[in-house]
Amino acid sequence: MTTMTIAGHTVDRNDEGFFEDPDQWTEDIAVEVAREEGIDELTPRHWEVIHFVRAEYAEKGTGPTVRVLGKTSGVPVKELYQLFPKGPAKVAAKIAGIPKPRGCI
Amino acid sequence: MPIEKVSIVVSKGSLEGIYPGLIMANGARAEGIEANLFFTFFGLDAIHKQRMEHIKVATVGNPGLHMATLVGALPGMSGIATHMMNKKMDEFDIPPIPEFVEMISDTGAGMYACLASVDLFGFTKDDFVDYLDGIITVGEFYEMADGGQIIFT
Repeated sequence: MTTMTIAGHTVDRNDEGFFEDPDQWTEDIAVEVAREEGIDELTPRHWEVIHFVRAEYAEKGTGPTVRVLGKTSGVPVKELYQLFPKGPAKVAAKIAGIPKPRGCI
Repeated sequence: MPIEKVSIVVSKGSLEGIYPGLIMANGARAEGIEANLFFTFFGLDAIHKQRMEHIKVATVGNPGLHMATLVGALPGMSGIATHMMNKKMDEFDIPPIPEFVEMISDTGAGMYACLASVDLFGFTKDDFVDYLDGIITVGEFYEMADGGQIIFT
């Protein structure tokens, strides 16, 4: 685990860059983490996914899979991969400040 | 060095022969890894518009089912085993094959049919899902797979 300062906030992240504590997350941190992931600008569609991912985590204790995102977030799978080319479930979880979702689908 | 690209061959037409390749392709895309799927021989059923709806578990010659071969050969056994397997998969949020194949195409994975097999079985382009990226030769497959890993299932 590494403690670092992002956008003026203290954040604990694991070796892969996922948040240890989702409560440390803020929207200005998300902008910085997105840049680390090669996403220069978070569009309203990105935010839609990010807020959905956080809501799912708050409700279920784990981030949604790509299939769940595609079916219920309002953003179809094709577009999810355009928004997050390095993997929507994984990258959106990192930007949204929740742990990495573990699942094979 | 992390894996950046995989090309996965699906050569079998049974449920247990098709799913592993699909799961590996989908999982690769989920990790941001470039992926191509190459369907050959009976694996073509996975992208065949009609046949993909009726993919079955092999109940004969499948020791993994722990069922006597003679029992597995009884009429309807394959249907029952398939029904049970599909139900179990649904519980674990694994999509049915038609939905899964389309979703994998939507992830940006390349979907290709093997030309020799298509000719052998007398299929045409129209027999396959609309989002198929092409019917290609083995040589073209190797060109496409260049620089990545090849997985045969």
